[in-house]
Amino acid sequence: MKNSLRQSMAWLHTWSGLLLGWLLLAMFVTGTSAYFREEISLWMEPELHASHATPETPELAWQALNRLAPDARAWDIRLPDARAPVVELGWQPDTPEAQNEGRRRGERAIMDAATGEILTPRATRGGDFLYRFHFELYGVPRLWARWLVCVATMFMLVAIISGVITHKKIFKDFFTFRPGKGQRSWLDAHNATAVLALPFHFMITYSGLLLFMVMLMPWGIDAAYNGDRRAFFDDAFPRATETTAQSQEAAPMTDIAPLLAQTRRAFDQPVTRIEVNRPNRAGATVSISTDREPEITGRRRGSAPTLVFQANSGALLETRPGTSEALPAAVRFYNLFANLHLARFADPAVRWLFFLSGLGGCAMVATGLLLWVAKRTQQLKQRQPGASLRLVNALNMASMTGLIGAMAFYFAANRLLPVELAQRESWEIRVFFISWLLSLAHALWRPNRRGWIEQLAGITVLWLSVPLLDMATTGSHLFSATAWQHGALAGFDLACLLLGALWGYALWRVARHGGGKKGTARQPRRSPGTATGAAS
Amino acid sequence: MSRSASSRLFYYRLSVASRTVAAVLGGYALSAASTAALAVTLPMPRAEAVVSATVFSFLVYSGAVIWAFATHSALRAWLGIAAPTVVCVAVALLGAPS
Repeated sequence: MKNSLRQSMAWLHTWSGLLLGWLLLAMFVTGTSAYFREEISLWMEPELHASHATPETPELAWQALNRLAPDARAWDIRLPDARAPVVELGWQPDTPEAQNEGRRRGERAIMDAATGEILTPRATRGGDFLYRFHFELYGVPRLWARWLVCVATMFMLVAIISGVITHKKIFKDFFTFRPGKGQRSWLDAHNATAVLALPFHFMITYSGLLLFMVMLMPWGIDAAYNGDRRAFFDDAFPRATETTAQSQEAAPMTDIAPLLAQTRRAFDQPVTRIEVNRPNRAGATVSISTDREPEITGRRRGSAPTLVFQANSGALLETRPGTSEALPAAVRFYNLFANLHLARFADPAVRWLFFLSGLGGCAMVATGLLLWVAKRTQQLKQRQPGASLRLVNALNMASMTGLIGAMAFYFAANRLLPVELAQRESWEIRVFFISWLLSLAHALWRPNRRGWIEQLAGITVLWLSVPLLDMATTGSHLFSATAWQHGALAGFDLACLLLGALWGYALWRVARHGGGKKGTARQPRRSPGTATGAAS
Repeated sequence: MSRSASSRLFYYRLSVASRTVAAVLGGYALSAASTAALAVTLPMPRAEAVVSATVFSFLVYSGAVIWAFATHSALRAWLGIAAPTVVCVAVALLGAPS
């Protein structure tokens, strides 16, 4: 402490990093997967894979809702887009119970976009489980979990800033790589992955805190609004209020096709969403929206170009061009970070870039944790490692290979558990946690090089077998036309093969170079070379 | 280990513990107080002032944590966090809408 700023920052960086590193790594890994949350969910619902959009899709959806819920209070049709090949039908039943529950989400059904058939996918939480885990964990009271995650995120922000101060020669360090030198190699790999994506790391950490700022830091609102949070939200993030016609008198609606064509022409974009208020009654309205150019400082939802029609006559009531609203600078700043964190604006190429940056983040946290062990292993000389070093090594193993293995088990369970199984979606999640716990038990039993080799071999086999399992159990595997029609499906299997190969490479490095002397930055997630010499 | 060395180690640990409390709890108090103070004093519409103050608060927290561990003594760590907190609380109370 009485030392220089750099030394005290190095101390702070080491200890804040170690204490929350494991939780941060789990957040980074599952959060990185969340960039492809919808793609993962689609892969995990093979019953939806045959669906594909046709020119008749909107009319099929219209007919389906007329069949399912002709006198609902409202309809909501989400048409297929680049990420989802099915139609999502939503409706609010017009019963007193549904009204009383206020902003309830109403009923939902998935429709095959080509045939109009209602689909029932297997029960699964899909990519949403991994996505939710990255900010609310699982089975922990939601508020506690969010606070815990935010504390870890705050530590990360401090670790980033103190890390930058520690490395005043940050760019020189970045271009320094000394492979095969044990601890030095891990340090270089940690620096390289940290600096390479430093803007991303800062952005993802800071924006993560901003997304929860009302929970974390309500004191500004309380001071300026005397604790009236609703008034603050109405001021800062106003919502469009909907006007609702209240007529109950039945009246037929006009043909939807010309209205769709008119909207398409008006904005020169395909229609993505149809909302109907008081369908099949006098005074019904239909709002037809198209895609819009995403705006990075804009609001997260709404403001898509929309035409509003009188649904009985087909008369145009209102044109909402969906142009940018004049938002205050502070709100635009908040929106910018929120949109960056959620990658809402991202087209596929940018999404992959974010995914790779996320992997860089995983690698940064992982190499940092491995460096902690490598440094202390080197100081041991020939002595046996103590209990705390073995414990850290075991926790490293469970948080790296253990979590990666658990994810593969989660995907495999999706294909192997019987479709009719009761509480099926919970069983998928149980498989995930049971396999993670088993890997922890194995790591505590063998917190050494052999343990690493066994776990690496395990995850290599697991990840490589997921696409094979897909081939054995579905018709939308790598060698099917369906998988390539929806690139997400082929992409998922290919990503499994690539990651499996990566784990195999890490295994080869550890097994071949043994003795815990080697490591390299070329393995994005981690290669436990040095971390393992401890007790071998 | 000599007696003076072991008592030095004890004081070192005490100092680390004290700085940690200053950083974690003191840092939060400072960022909460500064957010409240800025929210009522920034010369912009109320909602904007609140959002600006809140998005700034996490940088204040980081700064406070770094200060707590970077400064020469635990006492300075506490003073450097407590004094601006008191000022911010006063500003927030004076500027609060009645």
